Amino acid sequence: MPDFSALTARFAPVKPLLPWLLLALALVAPFALSSYDLNLLARFMAMGILALGLVLIWGHGGILSLGQGVFFGLGGYAIAIHMKLADLPDGEIPDFMVWSGRESLPLWWEPFTSPLFTLAAIIVIPTLAGALFSWAVFHRRVGGTYFALITQALSLAFATLIISRQDVTGGFNGLTDFYSIFGVGLASPGTGSMLYWITLAVLCVAFIALRWLLASRFGILLRASRDGENRVRFLGYNPTPFKVAAFAIAAMLAGVGGALFTLHAGVVSPALIGVVPSIEMVVWVAIGGRYSLAGAIVGALLVNLARDAVSSAFPELWLYLMGALFIFVVTLLPRGLAGLAKGKAA
Amino acid sequence: MDALFLNQLFNGASLASLYLLAALGLALSFGLMRVINMAHGEMLMLGGYLAWMTLLVVPGAMGIILAIPVAFIGAAAMGGLILSTLIRRLSARPLDTLLATWGVSLILQQGARDLFGAVGVEVRAPEWLTGSFVAFGVTLPSARLFIIAIAALVLGALALVLLKTRIGLLVRAVNQDRMMASATGIDVQRVDLTVFCLGSGVAGLAGVMLALLGPVTPNVGQSYIIPAFLVVVMGGLGSIVGTTASAIILGLFAALAQIFVDVSVAQMLLLVFVILFIQVRPQGVVAVKTRQLDA
Repeated sequence: MPDFSALTARFAPVKPLLPWLLLALALVAPFALSSYDLNLLARFMAMGILALGLVLIWGHGGILSLGQGVFFGLGGYAIAIHMKLADLPDGEIPDFMVWSGRESLPLWWEPFTSPLFTLAAIIVIPTLAGALFSWAVFHRRVGGTYFALITQALSLAFATLIISRQDVTGGFNGLTDFYSIFGVGLASPGTGSMLYWITLAVLCVAFIALRWLLASRFGILLRASRDGENRVRFLGYNPTPFKVAAFAIAAMLAGVGGALFTLHAGVVSPALIGVVPSIEMVVWVAIGGRYSLAGAIVGALLVNLARDAVSSAFPELWLYLMGALFIFVVTLLPRGLAGLAKGKAA
Repeated sequence: MDALFLNQLFNGASLASLYLLAALGLALSFGLMRVINMAHGEMLMLGGYLAWMTLLVVPGAMGIILAIPVAFIGAAAMGGLILSTLIRRLSARPLDTLLATWGVSLILQQGARDLFGAVGVEVRAPEWLTGSFVAFGVTLPSARLFIIAIAALVLGALALVLLKTRIGLLVRAVNQDRMMASATGIDVQRVDLTVFCLGSGVAGLAGVMLALLGPVTPNVGQSYIIPAFLVVVMGGLGSIVGTTASAIILGLFAALAQIFVDVSVAQMLLLVFVILFIQVRPQGVVAVKTRQLDA
């Protein structure tokens, strides 16, 4: 484990080259890529937003969450429900509800008719859920491996619940077939690149905000709780609020990322948010570099690009490859690609 | 008491037995090394496939009895391999161990899918395990009774080993204070290896039991391993009594909850129950009294 000074030095603005290069690439992408590729890139960037949150909690907070898919899903389902309702003629209910024998809209779907409520829900619901969940565990000083195991149980329970409540969640197939968002047709020309710019903007804002946060006293205390939680207590701080706040922020980023992903992908389903996808999210960050914000974005892009390339041709191969990546990165390259860029492998 | 309640009580007991068999190895090695092997669920799967293969070779009524030691040894060997090639390299990093062993789990699952097919294989229980008894108006399938009996046997044997043998003494010593044990000349790494193999073997044995209940699929271990993780969280560090108690509590809870709600809600309730339990006893069902700050 690196000592303190080395870490703070990493996040002093000394190596600003990589983020700028990435930004330059992102800015020219809409003019260089086909609309299909741009959509793919935008999806991966939405996942990058989630990855930033993992850098905050896992890299700097030492909190391993194997349940980020839950918060990704909360954001994704919030916007998906809104889009489902927006496309409906008056008085009708979504087709999958009719097929499962429902006659009226479930009560908790109603508020999602409002665009304003939906936007608020995308941010507030994952944040609150993350805060409540992590507080319940952290305030009793349960953490580390235990917390990771509990988050995995959470993601299993969440995905199973969605699959079994087919009549109100769309079940295993999830929610899909969206036509418009806030009155803008999803298929109309220009929408794709507009959504891309929005995603890029959110990613940049999240990056800058987290960079600031990690350099602040909050970031220092978070790293201190990671390295010696009891020492932090002896110094008179209660680490719990810091850890809960970090987890809530990561959950919020996951939710926003999930909502944007759903817009680009046109689907949200349990297959994207369950136990296995939740752990895959960790591998993006492990490969990019758990301490590095820029590294996490690169990791999310690279792993998903690789996944896209490999799994379409050889679906079986992808699982072997991902398993091997996990083992390789964790044992030989704990700082990920960002560590390589620094010239140190371990 | 009505039949449904008694029936679920019995199902809960057999579920608890499976949770226990799956969780014992996890809890023992977590107590010793503070690491969780995420590929532990695949030891169940391995045990299931080994049982299936044993029954191909020895189809008779005694095949299943023979399958138990085969699965135990096979899974124990695999566990030993994972420990010595991977986990040992990561010993000071528990969370990284979690991730690396998850990688192993993915590879093992996909390997099984390529070798045996994704659909799964059927182990035919011998005739003496296919019947059932009726007591108090409840049907008790022999296979489930067999599972409960095996779990009790394993637990008894494990307790004997830990309390009465020399290796058990060493295990308890390392469990109590690793550094001190090492300083007195105990080969800590060998103790780790023994416990890890033992725990993996028990999981392999649990795989044989799973094979009696349904088809063996590449991800058969996954549906039991996450509750088993919760058993470890709730049990208390490295305590067999705690692990047993929490396996029984969670097994009964999961089965009895299903009287009122469906399986998926029961799963959510199980998690809520564990989180609520932590509010009351964060140190687990049984906690060793210690003055250590970071236990």
